[in-house]
Amino acid sequence: MARISVEVDGIAYEDEVEPRLLLVHYLRDRLGKTGTPIGCDTTNCGACTVLLDGRSVKSCSVLAVQVDGCDITTIEGVSSDGVWHPVQKAFHEEHALQCGYCTPGMVLASIDLLKDDPDPSEEAVRQGLEGNLCRCTGYCNIVRAVRRAAQEMRVTTP
Amino acid sequence: MIPASFDYFRPSTLDEALEVFAGAGEEAKVLAGGQSLLPLLRLRLAYPTAMVDVGRVAELRGVADRGDHVHIGATTTHDEVVRSPIVREHCPLVALATATVADPAVRHRGTFGGSLAHADPAGDLPAVALALDMVFVVRSSTGDRTIPAADFFLDYLESALQPGEILTGVRVPKLGPGWGFHYEKFHRTAQAWATVGVAAAVRQTNGTVEEVRVGLTNMGPTPVRAAGVEAAARGVEAGRNGSLRQAAEQAAEGTDPPADLHAQPDYRKHLARVLTHRALVSASAHRSPQT
Repeated sequence: MARISVEVDGIAYEDEVEPRLLLVHYLRDRLGKTGTPIGCDTTNCGACTVLLDGRSVKSCSVLAVQVDGCDITTIEGVSSDGVWHPVQKAFHEEHALQCGYCTPGMVLASIDLLKDDPDPSEEAVRQGLEGNLCRCTGYCNIVRAVRRAAQEMRVTTP
Repeated sequence: MIPASFDYFRPSTLDEALEVFAGAGEEAKVLAGGQSLLPLLRLRLAYPTAMVDVGRVAELRGVADRGDHVHIGATTTHDEVVRSPIVREHCPLVALATATVADPAVRHRGTFGGSLAHADPAGDLPAVALALDMVFVVRSSTGDRTIPAADFFLDYLESALQPGEILTGVRVPKLGPGWGFHYEKFHRTAQAWATVGVAAAVRQTNGTVEEVRVGLTNMGPTPVRAAGVEAAARGVEAGRNGSLRQAAEQAAEGTDPPADLHAQPDYRKHLARVLTHRALVSASAHRSPQT
């Protein structure tokens, strides 16, 4: 067993974990953060995407012991004081989800993308989200939502 | 799936890592970003008894301009490589190919040295290492040694790294002015391995091709240098219709491509010729200004 201390969605945790425990299992089974789904379990689909020290990673491909001392943001930590993140709001308004399974990963990958590129073209959004699969194939609305969120974020944070 | 159990070590210096690795037994593996290794563990295709996590060893990370070459530390992430002004200026082919590795989330974790040490002929970077004659810097408890890229890739997922040796970084020679570069990759989705990939570097003088280097991805159990293309392209007029196509016809010569769900060997050979042509044309068009 290894001891880790990690901050998840603003709360500090200290835990004993088996080295083989994957981050996604730690989040879901230990911390109860089931907002992060397990999709393919093969580093393909991006459903389990979280932010690790601010950058998107696939939490099925990171060991919990590797994030000792790090800061994790899951979909459960992106709203603040009950107010949705602009990306969440835009996904809602553009109907950028059908079954919703890929949505947490899409939202977190989008937040990461918008940090680098506050005004992405349609092509840039498609490239930036290439690691996230939507098996309902609802990509058009997802791209629209990300660009809408970008616009809103530019207005609210000039 | 859940990986099998292993002991986990997280040294903070290279010396400590070498000591732990040497004492951790034959089935120990070095872990960096884990983007190739952890999927293998999860599928239970690999059963290391111990993992030596070098992710926090600061001296293994970063890009440095060393005069005639660029040193890329083994645990520098793909994302850091792509963003590095030194890499973009002096090793554009590395930046171009690395930007096609998997997807952004994987590039945030996966490392330059990890991808090379993994020695997957379907990975994008081994072919680039071969085309650019990179030099691998390796350390063990007995000291440093260097391995030229041409001697590094021995077989499928098998490199020249010996037990107890850790890849510390890679030297990428600066090629100088007059070169153009391109990485052409054919794959189904971002996360899929290249069905075939072609790394090309072309040096021209006044429109005449002086020198060509071509590395092929996924055309055999190791990355392959397309020597036939390199010889055939020398001296041709890059702008003359069909001249580069003719050279690219040699691309599949001497290759032994795998058969899998995505492509049979004959189709891969066809792809190698077509993609090599595209890569040569693009590399010729994107040459750096002659200074």
